[in-house]
Amino acid sequence: MDVEGEVPAAAAAAVANGLGGAEEASAAPVSAEQLDVEAYAAQYSGRTRLARLLFIADRCGVEAMQLEALRMAYDEIKRGEDVQLHRDVAAKIGGRLGPRFGLDQAWVDTVTRRADQRKEKLENELNGYRTNLIKESIRMGYNDIGDFFYAHGQLSDAFKSYIRTRDYCTTSKHIVQMCMNVILVSIELGQYAHVSNYVSKAEQTPDSLDPVIVAKLKAAAGLANLETKKYKFAARKFVETGIELGNNYSEVIAPQDVAVYGALCALASFDRSDLKSKVIDNINFRNFLELVPEVRELVNDFYASRYGSCLGHLEKLKPNLLLDIHLHEHVETLYMDIRHKAIIQYTLPFISVDLNLMATAFKTSVSMLEKELAALITENKIQARIDSHNKILYARHADQRNATFQRVLQTGNDFERDVKSMLLRANLLKHDYIQKASGPRKM
Amino acid sequence: MESLEALVAHIQGLSGSPEEVAHLHSLLKQADGDSLRAHAAALLPFLAHLSPETHSLGYLYLLEACATSGSNLSDFGGGDFLVTIAGFLTACSADQIRLAPDKFLNVCRVLKDQVMQLNMPIRGIAPLRAAVRKIQSSPEQLTPLHADYLLLCLLAKQYKAGLSVLEDDIFEVDQPKDLFLYCYYGGMIYIGLKKFPKALELLHNAVTAPMSMLNAIAIEAYKKYVLVSLIVNGQVPSFPKYTSVSGQRSMKIHAQIYVELSTSYSNGRYTDLEIFVQANSATFQSDNNLGLVKQVLSSMYKRNIQRLTQTYLTLSLEDIARSVQLETPRDAEMHVLRMIEDGEIHATINQKDGMVSFHEDPEQYKSVEMVEHIDSSIQRLTALSKKLASIDENMSCDPAYLMKTGRDRGRFDGRFDYDDYDSVPHKFF
Repeated sequence: MDVEGEVPAAAAAAVANGLGGAEEASAAPVSAEQLDVEAYAAQYSGRTRLARLLFIADRCGVEAMQLEALRMAYDEIKRGEDVQLHRDVAAKIGGRLGPRFGLDQAWVDTVTRRADQRKEKLENELNGYRTNLIKESIRMGYNDIGDFFYAHGQLSDAFKSYIRTRDYCTTSKHIVQMCMNVILVSIELGQYAHVSNYVSKAEQTPDSLDPVIVAKLKAAAGLANLETKKYKFAARKFVETGIELGNNYSEVIAPQDVAVYGALCALASFDRSDLKSKVIDNINFRNFLELVPEVRELVNDFYASRYGSCLGHLEKLKPNLLLDIHLHEHVETLYMDIRHKAIIQYTLPFISVDLNLMATAFKTSVSMLEKELAALITENKIQARIDSHNKILYARHADQRNATFQRVLQTGNDFERDVKSMLLRANLLKHDYIQKASGPRKM
Repeated sequence: MESLEALVAHIQGLSGSPEEVAHLHSLLKQADGDSLRAHAAALLPFLAHLSPETHSLGYLYLLEACATSGSNLSDFGGGDFLVTIAGFLTACSADQIRLAPDKFLNVCRVLKDQVMQLNMPIRGIAPLRAAVRKIQSSPEQLTPLHADYLLLCLLAKQYKAGLSVLEDDIFEVDQPKDLFLYCYYGGMIYIGLKKFPKALELLHNAVTAPMSMLNAIAIEAYKKYVLVSLIVNGQVPSFPKYTSVSGQRSMKIHAQIYVELSTSYSNGRYTDLEIFVQANSATFQSDNNLGLVKQVLSSMYKRNIQRLTQTYLTLSLEDIARSVQLETPRDAEMHVLRMIEDGEIHATINQKDGMVSFHEDPEQYKSVEMVEHIDSSIQRLTALSKKLASIDENMSCDPAYLMKTGRDRGRFDGRFDYDDYDSVPHKFF
């Protein structure tokens, strides 16, 4: 079901302008014409579906879509047991969807009562196991309590319970299960340091792991690296993620996400040869890319130096990516990096580049392009100089001879200065002349 | 009074050969002290009987007794007494006064205090310069007079006069405090002359000199060091690892605002820096650094324009004005023009269409002057290297050093013949 929303004029202009208007685009309400909320939500299960729906409702800025997302979240919550979330969503809807979607006090009371009973039962059981010191049962007990807390949205309690099972793990399988639980909760809590930590713990178990588990761990590690802004590592993890992942990890990530995250991180951080070998020629990752044809096109366009079309695809994807719970923060940075990479690659083979042509290729104005180029030159990423009068970019060839002379003289001066001050210091130390606290002046 | 006259007679009689002078010195030491000082007022007429050149040592003892007697110097005729001291400092014999260096230093200090009291620092410059040369055993030695001399130069705003002393490289130091003051005042003189790289060098020495406790001179030097670094390099390097621990630990805390200034500078935005400077101008003013801070501020324009030369071949004046945050193209033109004149950038301005073309450095390193310059650099460096090698040689002949290294080696091999080979100093050059 498509939610119709008007594309604000500013956003449309931004798309036409390429990145030049990116700042305006993010300020304007995000248009989400293409995002099919229902289909999107269907990719996920468990709490992440709720989290994503609520995130979209908060961010999209289009009322119809917001209500649609909230309605689905409401229904979903009713199937679960998270009372707090129910209250929040009901408050967010604020009666806009009619009486059926209000605060259901009766449901809340039943669920709370049931939860209290269950919690008591679980704790009693656990205490029983603990007095009997049966390791396996204690582990199961903690696990059950963890699951219980998780279902009720008490994430940090769930986290603690899962961590406690660690002391009672006897086989690698248990350890992996513990790690997976901890990773799941940590992702939702946004504590990505724990995620990386427990991914490596799980990978270190002596027994060989199930390919599905391996793929899940890679995806989780990629996510953790993405959130900590280590895009290169994130890209590596995502492109290594096995196709076995399928829909098995829908409580965290969909295979489409792997494709998008992986491709964007790779474009932003890999060099050309890595891009070819690790992304385009990677049969495994190609399976992911097939799921999102736009992204596949985008990567191929980038590699084939069709930057205009590549950036066009990126702009089309942007509104949806901004609604992604994990990627939204990084979209701007990644887009910036990709664009810079594209500009650098474009200029690389030429001695001189006509800025007018280049501006057309990048769908931007000459003056904007000039500014971007100037910034890149200042950061020493492009070896060139701009002829602003004739709008031409000239590659710069350093004069080795002059540079050497300059460097030699500089080194000589530095050496002279350093040696002199070193000799002075050495002499001071030799005679033990160190300035002490106002001692008597000796003559 | 008897003894005084006898003493003067001794002085007159015993100022010939070195042996006589040595004898006289022991006599003078006996006579020195309260007895001489008690007669301070009466001493002055006797000075007229002595000649500063030939009877330097005796003259010095009498003069010092007068000068430090504690009574008001104007009793001796104020200005005239200064003239007497000045005359003595320029005329005295270096060999004789070096027998009693502390007396000499006392006299110099009295002179310095006097001219400062009279608010005429310029009068002390020439005599003190002579005094520095007299008491120095080699031009590499730093005497306590250096700092006093530089202080007078600073106060009299005679920066060029200070150079004559500053241009000698200093290696031997009597007193650490002298070194700090010397570096600090020297740095200020170079700042006054706008020779920032040299100033940086001296301030750097003050900041990194070994110290077990932080001292106020080093902190003030560090503040100036930060500012001058910004002017010269656009950034402040972190402490080199030989900086004393206490310095590394707390220097920044005491110069917090300067560290913040450098952070603000590194952002490269003129307006931000300007706001920061204005907000803290009272602090800079009270540190007497406001002028230097303003130079830091204007150096930012230069640095930004210089950065443009790396990026552009041609650029219109309006664009320059916009990107370095100058108000009008006219201002930009002025800045560019001044920088071209100072040789800081290589460019031409086309006034017809308001375009500036930046050029590469035209220096081709093949002119005669350049070859001479390089040659002189090489000469200097070889001399320095020789010095380094000789110090290394001395070090490897140093008994304490050999004892230490020899002990380590002896543990593995009890025989001596190996050591004979190894302790031959390495020749690097």
